[in-house]
Amino acid sequence: MDRLIDLLPDLWQATVETLYVVSLSLVFGGIAGLFVGLALYATRPGSLFPNRFLFGTLNVVVNFFRPIPFVILLAAVQPLARGLGIPGIGPVFGIFAITIASLFAISRIVEQNLLTVRPGVIEAARATGASRSRILLRLLPREALGPLILGYTFIVVALVDMTAIAGAVAAGGLGEFAIVYGFKQFNPWVTWAAVLVIIVIVQAVQFLGNTLARRVLRR
Amino acid sequence: MTFIRLTGVTKTFPPSSKDGSPVVAVDDVSLTVDAGDVCGIIGYSGAGKSTVLRLVNALETPTSGTVEIDGRDITHLRERELRALRADIGMIFQQFNLFDSRTVAKNIAYPLEVARRPRAEIAARVDELLRFVGLADKAGSYPEQLSGGQKQRVGIARALATSPRILLADEATSALDPDTTQEVLALLKRVNAELGVTILVITHEMDVIRTLADRVVVMEHGRIIESGDVFDVLSSPQHAATQRFVASIIEDVPTGTQLRTLRERHPGRIVTLQIGDGGQIGGLAGAGATTQADVFATLAAHGVRFELVHGGINDIRGRVFGHLTLAVTGDADAVQRALDAVSAFAPLIEEDARG
Repeated sequence: MDRLIDLLPDLWQATVETLYVVSLSLVFGGIAGLFVGLALYATRPGSLFPNRFLFGTLNVVVNFFRPIPFVILLAAVQPLARGLGIPGIGPVFGIFAITIASLFAISRIVEQNLLTVRPGVIEAARATGASRSRILLRLLPREALGPLILGYTFIVVALVDMTAIAGAVAAGGLGEFAIVYGFKQFNPWVTWAAVLVIIVIVQAVQFLGNTLARRVLRR
Repeated sequence: MTFIRLTGVTKTFPPSSKDGSPVVAVDDVSLTVDAGDVCGIIGYSGAGKSTVLRLVNALETPTSGTVEIDGRDITHLRERELRALRADIGMIFQQFNLFDSRTVAKNIAYPLEVARRPRAEIAARVDELLRFVGLADKAGSYPEQLSGGQKQRVGIARALATSPRILLADEATSALDPDTTQEVLALLKRVNAELGVTILVITHEMDVIRTLADRVVVMEHGRIIESGDVFDVLSSPQHAATQRFVASIIEDVPTGTQLRTLRERHPGRIVTLQIGDGGQIGGLAGAGATTQADVFATLAAHGVRFELVHGGINDIRGRVFGHLTLAVTGDADAVQRALDAVSAFAPLIEEDARG
């Protein structure tokens, strides 16, 4: 317990790092995933820009990366990061790895939520003379905004989880804090303090997402 | 003046499964609609009605044949030109297809935003349309807060936003209850009469055809099997499929269980007679010339008893036609003579013979 009090500044530091890694990964993975998701949606047969080849390729790529357990992906993308001039450990590497992992998960969530928009709505928009790209980029994301917010909220929670795992390769944050000061030094108080902070972050994110989604969905 | 012209249009969709055969949705269809007319397309589901409608605003492109709007062949237009064309053709749907994320006013504004109209013009036009469809107090509501009839009125306002000259209605009242259907039909009638919009409706509802259409086209298996003036086609359908379809939407001729029940309940011979309002039907003297009075007077003159057990009178813009199903009793010879006399001028269906 005393040890925990001594470590409070480090806990604070770890919390800031986690939030930093999570938010930057969300920005990069979120934007990249949005575009891949839009591409998956738009190129599927019968959609706005059907393209069998592109759809098939994207599908295979996403299906290839998505089932890889994050701990393994973390190790697997290390050479790639180094090749790009990113150090193989530390928060920047964490952001790199989490962005790659979340990008594929987010693209599926985006694709699935866009698919909930009824085809009739798209047909109605096309009948007004709207261009296909206008429908894809402006109308559809707005029509699916409620479920999209909930999907992204779900992803943020997963990002917090991935950040903790990335701590295992010294990517900083609460995961590393819990492993280094708690687990390895047999101090459950420290471990549980990290867990508590993570729970608070997850709850706050979920609350925010639910509130936003409720406002958008008006219920 | 011909405004919409389809010439020898065929639309084939690729097979749904790998070893399936291509689906011919529309098969060599030729059709003209005059400016300011209301043309109804009827037929069972899968007859190709929806595809024909979508060929007019180029949401579908024909496999062969041409589609002309106001004398202009739209078959080979580029995407950009098609978008301009679609601004001149409004469309409404069975499921309304409103944008749930937008208010009523924003739904109506959408086609105007797409057409890049100035903001002030959009606001003024939306106000005007809201008043036209009677929803001025709902401007800030969202679609989920509206009833079905109100949603369709928003759909109509949205379709009219860019002042199109053509309105396509795809089963626009099929999801509505009878009262609301009347309300929406009255609105569509105003759209045609006051704004001079040419309307193409597809429907399987008698009310829509009766109150709205000037002309009717009957489709089956992708082909047009019959077309003409609404009264002519409905009162004396020529094609067997049309007769079946008309019977199913008019429901004044007893069929199946209805007929069995009638036969159990009433002794004597059961016959159905076609009657008219004394005028002509489809240019055939006689077919529509028979009035109820003629039928009853003739039967009475032969001394037989008869009872009206089923029937219906249809009023299409002041012209009347219908069917009377009678149970006729009495001396068998007298009944035969009476029916011979009646059938000389009123088309007669011997219901017993059909059992």
